[in-house]
Amino acid sequence: MSRTLTFARGGVEPLDFKSLTSHLPIANAHIPAVAVVPLLQHSGAPAVAVVSPGDRVREGMLIARADGFRSANIHSPVPGLVRDVGDMTLPDGGRCRAVTVECAGEFDRSGKILNRQPWDGVDAATLNALVAEMGVVGLGGAGFPVHVKYAFGTDRPADSLIVNGIECEPYLTGEHRLMLEKPDEIIEGSCIARKITGARGVVFAVAENKIDAVAVLREKIAEKSLPFDLVTVKAKFPQGEEDLLRHVLREDRTAHHIPPGTKTIISNVGTIFAVYEAVVWKKPLIERVITISGSAVVRPSNVKARIGTKIGELFEDCGGFREPPGRIVMGGPFLGAAVTDLDAPLTKLTTGLIALTRRETASCADDACIRCGRCVRSCPWGLSPTILVKLIKHGRTEEAVAGGLNDCEECGCCAYVCPAGIPLLAYLRKGRSWGRMPTRDGAI
Amino acid sequence: MMKSEKRSITSASAPYIAEGAGIRTVMWTVSACLVPALAWGLAVFGARAILVVATALAGAVLTELAANAIRGKVTVGDGSAFLTGLVIGMSLPPAAPVYVPLCASVFAVAVVKHASGGLGANWMNPAMAGRVFALLSFPAAMSAWIAPATIAEGAGPSFDALSGATPLSVVKTTVSSIGAGAASQEAAASALRSLGGPAALMAVHHYPVTAFDGQLSKWLGGLFGVNVRPGYFDLFFGNTAGSIGEISVFLLLVGAAVLLARKIISWEIPAALLGTFALLTWVFGGVPFATGLFQGDVLFHLFSGGIVFCAFFIATDYVSGPLTRPGKIVFGAGVGLIAFLIRAAGILPEGASVAIIVMNMFVPLIDRFLRPKRTVIAREKTT
Repeated sequence: MSRTLTFARGGVEPLDFKSLTSHLPIANAHIPAVAVVPLLQHSGAPAVAVVSPGDRVREGMLIARADGFRSANIHSPVPGLVRDVGDMTLPDGGRCRAVTVECAGEFDRSGKILNRQPWDGVDAATLNALVAEMGVVGLGGAGFPVHVKYAFGTDRPADSLIVNGIECEPYLTGEHRLMLEKPDEIIEGSCIARKITGARGVVFAVAENKIDAVAVLREKIAEKSLPFDLVTVKAKFPQGEEDLLRHVLREDRTAHHIPPGTKTIISNVGTIFAVYEAVVWKKPLIERVITISGSAVVRPSNVKARIGTKIGELFEDCGGFREPPGRIVMGGPFLGAAVTDLDAPLTKLTTGLIALTRRETASCADDACIRCGRCVRSCPWGLSPTILVKLIKHGRTEEAVAGGLNDCEECGCCAYVCPAGIPLLAYLRKGRSWGRMPTRDGAI
Repeated sequence: MMKSEKRSITSASAPYIAEGAGIRTVMWTVSACLVPALAWGLAVFGARAILVVATALAGAVLTELAANAIRGKVTVGDGSAFLTGLVIGMSLPPAAPVYVPLCASVFAVAVVKHASGGLGANWMNPAMAGRVFALLSFPAAMSAWIAPATIAEGAGPSFDALSGATPLSVVKTTVSSIGAGAASQEAAASALRSLGGPAALMAVHHYPVTAFDGQLSKWLGGLFGVNVRPGYFDLFFGNTAGSIGEISVFLLLVGAAVLLARKIISWEIPAALLGTFALLTWVFGGVPFATGLFQGDVLFHLFSGGIVFCAFFIATDYVSGPLTRPGKIVFGAGVGLIAFLIRAAGILPEGASVAIIVMNMFVPLIDRFLRPKRTVIAREKTT
């Protein structure tokens, strides 16, 4: 048993509320009567619809094709009738096209006996094409198209594949449950991902607050006598962030999890599971595991839900709200996006649905900075958020960039610890968007 | 930044949860941690001290209310004005006339805090600026010491003559009077050398020592075989004359331990401040007594005057201090150095308040030169 790894500076250890759901098996959510499927559920270019209103679609049929190099296919989560192909607003404020499917008819996959597809003799490029065809994207929240990430390996194979089971956001337990309930599938998925990427080594990184998952995975790895490495990391936010994860693995020089100067590819446990399903069962990414939690929810749960399900219906599956929530977040409370519309659909990027009570919700009082220095201490990248934000507020973006603004990974630790309730992260984001603009004449 | 833009930022932005220790919690916790030392001061100095503290609190809170009314924003509930008033009251002599705490508080809150833009914008520590303002304006009233109830009875005649002077002022006046009264420098030096140090000097002056101190000395002597000079326990537990809140080092440390445990304050400033101060006292503290280097009485100087009060409760003020850990160490060391210089060579018997104001001036410079460094992780990204 190696020691627990962590990064030296910054980070926060919030109350994680994971015990609300970490003991609950993944249940199936209801099938939506109407699924609204946005065509931008990944980072990159939106997919282009290949169906029109009135078309009949089958479960898992392609409804939108990846457009260009960095994009992803999108499939119909339910069989039925395409009612509409129109515009919609995403929770983050962006706009994209969306296909609305009315559920009707027979399910081709659900409840049917499917055939296992052998993948041993298939070459990496074919497997990656299959992953692309099935529309698999990173399920940790960023949604980077997986085939694009893995294809980088074709010109220079990756040295190691890191399977990220850290899940450092409070409340979220979906990946924890996956590791407990589907360890064989995750290990097989890792073998597939390893083959596609050409990685020599595989390193599982799991946070110490999921010690049961560590034990299960360790047992399975030993059972199959795979040369996989497994490390435990401290349950500190934002340990799951890719650079921090690479950093701690590289820093642990005694074990050489990833030797310096080598190429690594990181995938979340959820993504690996999706890769497994795509390759072994030819299953397109039409559903995902999410955690529905928060003190305002009657029955916090882990569920597997269809993409396109309205989040309000998912909350209803969990008994609705105890009290009017102060804030509903799609994703984790640090990195997610607030939603006000309960008709917003679940997407591939949604790791969880968190309904916070009014009392729990950050105040965003935006009082004056009292220079306590907590934000400075909390920043894993060694920035001074309060100073950067003062510069941004005064429109001095260039100076903020010189002060390291572009190192910011937007983890939100600074705003989390701020006693004055200054929305530091929001200001930093604003500054970064200004900083990216090629010319800015200084006007606010 | 436009108003509407600001609203859109504050209405809903990640992260959606917060740690919970708001400004209000911070300020009221600090005030609560001052209560033990305050209670001791009020108990041993009696009604006059209560009047001083009450006036300081009322002055600060009412001034805050007035400023709130003018600026149209109510901030009195954040507890910062109350804390300023409390610190001022506790840093004043127990027999100060009421106009002293009143002027100090009004100056602190109105001029130092609100005139520069309110909480967060003041570059000087308001409480200490208020105290220094009083020190310069009413020098006589600022030495209105009285003996605490625990030693007032049975005090010798020479103590009465000093009208309850603080240990530090006894030392300072005696050393300077010996220096002035002696026929030659050699004579002065030998007279001082024969005293040996501040604790012996106090004994010569029959500075009262409580029976409690004697008992504790005897008990500890029996337990560990150490021989503690009379008076140290009185200094530590607060049986000496001094400012209302500074005398009980013990109760101040109790409050400070809570603040450290709750991470309201961090160790850097107190450690650097007391460390520098103790080191300098050890090295040079013997010089006034002509006993040479490395002969200073560290415990006497740490336990007397307001240095402990200052180190944990005043120098740790967020607003007027530096942001980063190295900055805090430099700031603390600077306060320790200046406080030592004033004690050793200044006109005032002690000068922690002045030391803080001086170091406040250096804070922008400290912050500029001691910025946090990009971590390895940030550097790895670009390589």
